[in-house]
Amino acid sequence: MTRLPRPLHPAAWWLWALGLGAAATRTTNPLLLALVMAVAGYVVVARRSDAPWAQSYGVFLKLALVVLVLRLLLAVLFSDPFGTHVLVELPQLPLPDWMAGVRIGGDITAEALAFAGYDGLRLAALLVCVGAANSLASPARLLKALPTALYEVGVVITVAASFAPQAVTSLGRIREARRLRGRRSRGLRAVRGLALPVLEGALERSVDLAAAMDSRGFGRRGAASTAQRRLSAVLVLTGLLAAIGSLYGLLTSGTPRALGLPLLVTGCLVAAAGMVVGSRGSARTRYRPDPWRWPEWVVAASGVAAALAVSLGDATGRFPSTAPLVAPPLPLWPTVGILIALLPAIAAPPPRWKPSHAAAETPLEAVAA
Amino acid sequence: MIRFEQVSVRYADTDAPVLHDVNLVVPEGELCLVLGRTGSGKSTLLRCVNGLVPHFTGGTLTGRVTVAGRDTRTHPPRELADVVGVVPQDPLAGFVTDTVEDELAYGMESLGVAPAVMRRRVEETLDLLGLAELRTRPLLSLSAGQQQRVAIGAVLTTHPQVLVLDEPTSALDPPAAEEVLAALTRLVHDLGLTVLVAEHRLERVVQYADRVIHVPGRGLPVEIGAPADILRAAAVAPPVVELGRWAGWSPLPLSVREARRHAEPLRARLAQLSVPGRPPTTARTDKSGEVQGLVVEYGDLLALRGIDLEVRRGEVAAVMGRNGAGKSTLLRALVGLQRPSSGTVRVRGRDPRELAAGELVCTVGYVPQEPSDLLWSETVEEECTHADEDTGASPGTAAGLLAVLAPDISPAAHPRDLSEGQRLALALAVVLAGDPPLLLLDEPTRGLDYGAKRRLTRTLRELASAGTAVLLATHDVELVAELADRVVVLADGELVTDGPTIEVVCASPAFAPQVAKVMAPLQWLTVDSIAKALAG
Repeated sequence: MTRLPRPLHPAAWWLWALGLGAAATRTTNPLLLALVMAVAGYVVVARRSDAPWAQSYGVFLKLALVVLVLRLLLAVLFSDPFGTHVLVELPQLPLPDWMAGVRIGGDITAEALAFAGYDGLRLAALLVCVGAANSLASPARLLKALPTALYEVGVVITVAASFAPQAVTSLGRIREARRLRGRRSRGLRAVRGLALPVLEGALERSVDLAAAMDSRGFGRRGAASTAQRRLSAVLVLTGLLAAIGSLYGLLTSGTPRALGLPLLVTGCLVAAAGMVVGSRGSARTRYRPDPWRWPEWVVAASGVAAALAVSLGDATGRFPSTAPLVAPPLPLWPTVGILIALLPAIAAPPPRWKPSHAAAETPLEAVAA
Repeated sequence: MIRFEQVSVRYADTDAPVLHDVNLVVPEGELCLVLGRTGSGKSTLLRCVNGLVPHFTGGTLTGRVTVAGRDTRTHPPRELADVVGVVPQDPLAGFVTDTVEDELAYGMESLGVAPAVMRRRVEETLDLLGLAELRTRPLLSLSAGQQQRVAIGAVLTTHPQVLVLDEPTSALDPPAAEEVLAALTRLVHDLGLTVLVAEHRLERVVQYADRVIHVPGRGLPVEIGAPADILRAAAVAPPVVELGRWAGWSPLPLSVREARRHAEPLRARLAQLSVPGRPPTTARTDKSGEVQGLVVEYGDLLALRGIDLEVRRGEVAAVMGRNGAGKSTLLRALVGLQRPSSGTVRVRGRDPRELAAGELVCTVGYVPQEPSDLLWSETVEEECTHADEDTGASPGTAAGLLAVLAPDISPAAHPRDLSEGQRLALALAVVLAGDPPLLLLDEPTRGLDYGAKRRLTRTLRELASAGTAVLLATHDVELVAELADRVVVLADGELVTDGPTIEVVCASPAFAPQVAKVMAPLQWLTVDSIAKALAG
């Protein structure tokens, strides 16, 4: 059976990416982390469309690189040297006594460098995973897939999220205008001159958006009573908060498993109940909702599998020692788990072909392109 | 279908009401044109229909507005969304989602239309407005004409009984405007839709209107009646009506076809006169601005592919072409905002990108499509002082220019509160304070009424005779006929035609002004030139 190209459900992509990201947070083994990044990168290349948001992957890669380099630099400059393999001897900056514990310069050891590198790599891998989710399914599409009860919350987030790109666009326009009028964009007065119109413009845009949404029927009274709507909102929000809280506890270790897992399940159940209550009275319908079929199950499950496999691996494999410095091992099960996350590259249907963009004229269009 | 009973609207901090004691009834299935000067209250009238006034804008509304039997007092816009579809002036400001298909579906989703029905209606609307090719495109990447069509489609999918449009064609090139209007008339005829449309470019719409609502502003009573009756005395009129008024034709012609039938004797008289034409501008050859082999790329698309063009001192040149042809890009390159991929740009022999900001204002002036982009002060007065400071002009220069361009602006007003025409005048005054030898205007007549347009034309002609070179990008063929010496037509980033106005506009029906169409095959462009020729 040939599979028709279609976009995968955005929630599946995000579950997969977050699973892979969770796997990355549970290890400092550079081999495993490199594997995570390679897997994420391969899937993105295999399955991203040519929508504008799909181009954001490069930005995340650069960001990850910056984070890694920054972490290494910090280690070189400030951290306490431990270990015995001195690589370079830097002059140490003498500091007054009251700054005891802070150190600038001094010896750089292989151990400290490795430690910082592993740590930076972990952050970088997390960023790469988020970037992968972003370029495979835009956050806007994820919001569209939210259950009806959460719709209004979603709208608030969308409007808020549109603020930053709007502000960037209008900032560009205002800077151009300042050049056209022969005003130099420097100094404190310039900042005020820039910030005020940008804020004004963004606010105006929000009011326009609200008027437009209202004219198009947003927020119509459905069959649901006010009490029903409030109940559903409260249930959903508390449920989700509990679920997120317990998830955090589970991932950071330290909280007893016995407490975290039941709380997670209860939270999810409460939230689900709220959604059912909320959707019952709502008049909203959804245009071409993304279906949830077996590829979605496979993609989401592969992410969860990666997270579980790495979390359950033994500590020596996951956290290779840096003092004494040893070559990191390649533990079997975590490796297999991360490799499972490659499945979406085949299991997900190919993205839909999109026509290439026609001529753009304004700078805004150029930005969008 | 729409009923206004003794409606008055007053905003909080103004002394005079915007609308005063309006009584009117628009029956079902009628295409009703709202006309009036800028700032006369047209938009307020339109926004009353779905309750945006006063639910969203504030202000006090007395009297009663009912639409399909629903009182807007008890029905906020969202409860009227199934009956009234509103297309705002700026389609981008009305977009709620990111892509064409989602935008078309949004209204239906809010109303709870069944998914299968939604799917069908989206497909129908895509076909109706010719958007099928664009269905997955991000809205920001569309041209202005495409955006306008999406905005109309987005309200059509909910099958409203009333459609309200605020200047639907002002941003469009003539063929795209024709397309939108054709779609509108089809909706009126096939579906019995009631349409209320405000438009400054009457020449495009008036022949389709069943009735006209004239909003004269300044507290004068709103009139409603047959187009020919209202236009006989209205403050704004398209060229063909002006011609009819001048020649005393009765009944007043509203379309080129009607005017041609009256114009037979006039054409015979004019045929005996010599060809009019503007007195040829003195053959000044010094170049104010010039581009050679200009290529501009946005990512992997070519906006301009090798343009050679020069603008000479004392000439007014118009750049025309469909939306997305590269007009704005050309102007932006000339002022140095757009980096050329290859080719050279010279303004007074220098590259505008290398000029310091202070020098730039005194070399080339640019008024963008949205003049308010240039304005950021809190009052008109402050804006003028800033302009004097930035350009190094003597104090009072900008204010003096403004007094000539738009005499009735209060210096204490906030630039945002000005009407479209006043804002353009202010932006122009600010730019002209630097006395630039090259002036670039991007779509300057959007939202301007005929009076404001006439003032702009006069100003620009005076500037040109004083030696300034003016280059404007526009869709407005009537403006070009009145103003330009030379027309440059761009298509798909290439230069198609470059020649004297009269030759270029008379050669193609899409770019011909109404008077030229009436007088063809004679080459007359404006009522004024005919009147002068016959008088002298």
